[in-house]
Amino acid sequence: MKHLTKAILIGAALATAACTNPSRFGGDDASRGAGGPGTYAPGSVDDPKSPAYFSARVGDRVLFAVDQSSLSPEARVVLDGQAKWLMDNPDYLAIIEGHADEQGTREYNLALGARRANAVMEYLVAKGIPQSRLKFVSYGKERPLEICSEEACYAKNRRAVTVISVSSLTG
Amino acid sequence: MIARLVALVLACATAFLPVAVQAQSGPLRIEITEGVIEPLPYAVPDFVAETQAAEQFAAEISRVVAADLTGTGLFREIPRDAHIARVSSFGAPVQFADWKAINAQALITGAVSADASGRVVVKFRVWDVFAGQELGQGMQFASDASGFRRLAHKVADQVYSRLTGETPYFDSRVVFVSETGPKDARQKRLAIMDYDGANVQYLTDDSSLVLAPRFSPNGGRVLYTSYETGFPRIHVLTVGDVASQILQVGEGVMSFAPRFSPDGRMVVYSLTQGSNTDIFAMDLASGATRRLTSAPSIETAPSFSPDGQQIVFESDRSGTQQLYVMPATGGEAQRISFGDGRYGTPVWSPRGDRIAFTKQNAGRFHIGVMRTDGSEERLLTASFLDEGPTWAPNGRVIMFSRETQGAQGSSALYSVDISGRNLKRVRTPAGASDPSWGPLQ
Repeated sequence: MKHLTKAILIGAALATAACTNPSRFGGDDASRGAGGPGTYAPGSVDDPKSPAYFSARVGDRVLFAVDQSSLSPEARVVLDGQAKWLMDNPDYLAIIEGHADEQGTREYNLALGARRANAVMEYLVAKGIPQSRLKFVSYGKERPLEICSEEACYAKNRRAVTVISVSSLTG
Repeated sequence: MIARLVALVLACATAFLPVAVQAQSGPLRIEITEGVIEPLPYAVPDFVAETQAAEQFAAEISRVVAADLTGTGLFREIPRDAHIARVSSFGAPVQFADWKAINAQALITGAVSADASGRVVVKFRVWDVFAGQELGQGMQFASDASGFRRLAHKVADQVYSRLTGETPYFDSRVVFVSETGPKDARQKRLAIMDYDGANVQYLTDDSSLVLAPRFSPNGGRVLYTSYETGFPRIHVLTVGDVASQILQVGEGVMSFAPRFSPDGRMVVYSLTQGSNTDIFAMDLASGATRRLTSAPSIETAPSFSPDGQQIVFESDRSGTQQLYVMPATGGEAQRISFGDGRYGTPVWSPRGDRIAFTKQNAGRFHIGVMRTDGSEERLLTASFLDEGPTWAPNGRVIMFSRETQGAQGSSALYSVDISGRNLKRVRTPAGASDPSWGPLQ
């Protein structure tokens, strides 16, 4: 869990900093970042090399149909963007987290989440990302984003999220 | 008098075993079948405190005995304020006429003593009121003061056995997942409790997600799945010292859904490799693992038959989750579920004759039981989300998780008889899921 938490914390810190107080990155960076059009604070959501940019602009997640793990045309577009970003930023690693909605038994949903995450991983590998930079994990129905018991929520919970990581992959 | 008693019992039991009638040693007998709908009336006057130190336990022990018996739905306690006779001494003659007058068919008397060292002793007798006879022999149990509720469960187990002819289940524990927080920030911890929800102890903190604990056959160890490493891995925990370690089950992204073999020497589990999840077995002594299924579909939730010869599991090889039975060494599997909907989480009954499962159909979840060949399917519950059945040690009762709907939804444990009757919530201090019912202690 350590590296996952770290990745999330770093992402959250960067995102928060970018939104609220760019100067927390340091006076020089901040003043340089504010220098003109087309510039940005490093690590901010506007920095194309930042995980925050990956999440917000490239799109870190794809959604799935009920009980399915096949990638929709929309999902493929997002994943093409993810593959390009990972190619352009070879220092980053990624963990793909697969999830299911609550309509299903616990063990089955774990396995289903693994299918979904693996489908994303295989797609990224096919697009040229080295397998060694990728790992996946399933949370089944344990980590819903949306908590209503309606299809509107379920649709958002049936997802695979690519989490960018800066530390080495272990576990 | 026995004739009258038999008539009374027949009035409440549609199927009264002739064997029980002939067995003069135990004429008062309630037969647990579909037909039993009128609970057998009994009385438990407060147990007599024979020493001053026993006063704090005596009444409570008799209350736990009554809660156990009444909780089965098979027995009905006659309230203490209706009692005519007063039991002030364990050795005093039973005033059968007074108990008959209030229609108590069974009477349980008891006494408790406690000494300065904290040792508590409870003795009890069960009486067949209308026969004017003792049912079985008086017995006594002893423990330290902290174990006094177990003494009560042991007494209730004896009474249950003598009145039903069944093996009992009250002196047993349940390991489960304690849940707090909303659905999108839920914290989970392993916990253990008495079967009735008392004496909850936590086995893990909430720093890592934990799922689906499973007792070993003797109750000494617990298998569970933890995200401690960031990835789901099977852990094995010793209940006595709460020490846990990862089970090295082989290369895979995730290992989960573990369960012990009936002799406690093997673990069956699911291992995910790539997109595929299959079932494996591990010999705990040697660490040797063996693949039991090799299909591109999801194979999970394996459970041994009590003789250790077969394994029931779920697979979506047909396109949806269904139940299959295969030899414990792997090999060809027979599909056993053929009704509408999806079937998962099969668990073989300790009696060997039935399999409990979760069924999902038309947007509802059910706990059900079927014969091991899939016949005589019977759904016991229905709700927004019921899942994960576990059997009482005697195979008469099933406990499971029920999650309620919506943003405020939470999970709780329920139990139900395999007849479908006596559905009730098991009290836990917080939310609870994934129960695993341990052996009779």
